[in-house]
Amino acid sequence: MPKITYITNDNQNHTIEVQNGLTVMEGAVQNDIPGIDADCGGGMACATCHVYVNEDWFDKLPTKEDGEEDMLDMAFEPKKNSRLSCQIVVSDDLDGLTVSIPSRQG
Amino acid sequence: MNKTDALIIGAGPTGLFTAHQLKLIGLDCQIVDNLDKIGGQCIELYPDKPIYDIPAVPECTGEELTNNLINQLKPFEIKFHLSERVDEVKKENDQWFIKTSKGTTFLTPNVIIAGGVGSFEPRKFPVKDCEKFENKFIFYSVKNKKIFEGKSVTIFGGGDSALDWAVELSKNSKVNLVHRREEFRGAQATVNQVHELAKEGKINLLTKYQMIAIKGDQQLESIDIKNDDKEVKNLKTDYALGFFGLIMQLGPIANWGLNIDKKTISVDTEKFETNQKGIYAVGDICNYPGKLKLILSGFHEGALAARACFKLARPNEKYRFEFTTTSSNLLKRLGKKE
Repeated sequence: MPKITYITNDNQNHTIEVQNGLTVMEGAVQNDIPGIDADCGGGMACATCHVYVNEDWFDKLPTKEDGEEDMLDMAFEPKKNSRLSCQIVVSDDLDGLTVSIPSRQG
Repeated sequence: MNKTDALIIGAGPTGLFTAHQLKLIGLDCQIVDNLDKIGGQCIELYPDKPIYDIPAVPECTGEELTNNLINQLKPFEIKFHLSERVDEVKKENDQWFIKTSKGTTFLTPNVIIAGGVGSFEPRKFPVKDCEKFENKFIFYSVKNKKIFEGKSVTIFGGGDSALDWAVELSKNSKVNLVHRREEFRGAQATVNQVHELAKEGKINLLTKYQMIAIKGDQQLESIDIKNDDKEVKNLKTDYALGFFGLIMQLGPIANWGLNIDKKTISVDTEKFETNQKGIYAVGDICNYPGKLKLILSGFHEGALAARACFKLARPNEKYRFEFTTTSSNLLKRLGKKE
C-alpha cells in the first residue's frame, strides 16, 4: 500500500499506509491524524481538510478540479502549494507523498 | 419566556423533519438556527449540488430538498428563531432553560440538537491582532454601511459578498479590494463591474495579495499585505472587511455537559437521548455504533427522538402509534380532515 506522510503542526511526522482509492483526507481521518477536520465529509464544500503539499510532489498530483481553487479562497492561510486533501486520491504513484497540515482549519 | 414541548436546535433537513414528526404526534415545537435562513448545510454549503440518495427522490439539489421539507411543514404552525445561536442550556427543576445569543429564552422538557457539525460562523482573518478590532474597525458582515461613508475601506475576498460590497461602497468610500489570486468566483457581471471600476480608479484592486499584519493602537491605521513574490505593501485604511464564507463551529454545545467525542454527541439508539435526560441529538451531530452521516439517517433519528419527547411533554397521556394513511387524528393535524 502507498505510504503517505502527514506533518502535523507540532512538526511530528505521521507515516501511514493508505489504501489505493481512498483520499488523503480519508487516510488522515481514519487514522486519527489531528488537524484535518473535513466537516463536509469530502464534498469539496467546506475547505477544512486543507493541506500544504510538499514542493517536490505538488506538480506530480493530478490538477485541481473546478471549484477546488474557489474553496481554497476560504481556507486558513492558503499558499501556492495548498490543496484540499479530499480531492487527492491515493494511488501507487503517490507512494511517499508528504503533506503538511496548517495550524488551523478556520 | 417561550414555553414549548420541544425545542429543536438546527433548521437543516434533520431538524425540519423532526419538527414534522413532533407536530404530527401532537406536540408543539420551535426551532432556533444561527443562520439567517432555513436549510442548514444543504442551503449554505451545497444549494445547487444534486443529491441522489434521498429515498424515493431520485435527484434533487440542497435547495430543492429544503423547499420540499418546508412545504411538508405547511400544515403546521412552527416558530423559527433565525440568526440566533443557543448559548445556554441549563436544568431548571424538571425542565430545560435555554437562552440564545439574542436573549430569547425558552422553557421546555425536551431539547433536540440537530446541529450538524455545529453553528455556522464567519471565517476570520488569520492575523491574531484582528480580534481586538473586531466589530469596531474589522467586520465579517455589514450591518450599517453608513459608517464607511467618506472613509477608506479594505475588503478581502473573492466571492459575491466581497465583490458586491466593493462595488457598493466604492460610491461613497475609498475602496481597496484584496484577493489571493487573479480569478474571482463571484458572478461574472459583478467581476466585470469591479474591473471597470478599477480602471476608472474607483476601486484599488490588489490581486495575489493576502493580509500578513495589521497596525494601530486604539484605532486601525493600516494593513500589511504580501503577494506571492514576497513583496509587502502597506495600505492605510480605516476599516477592514473579510468575506471568506462560513465555517462550522461546535461552539457552546461543548459546555452543556454532554458526552462529546470528535465533535459528535453520543446517544442511545432507542430515543437518541444523550447522557442528559430530555436532551436528544439527531443527524450528523449524533454518534452511535454504525452511525451513517446521511440525511436519511437523520430522518429516522428525528422520528424516534420525537416519540421519546412525548413521554416528557405529556407525562399523563399514552402515546399511540398511528399511520397517516388511516388515522383521523393525524389527518386532522395535517388539515386533511375536519
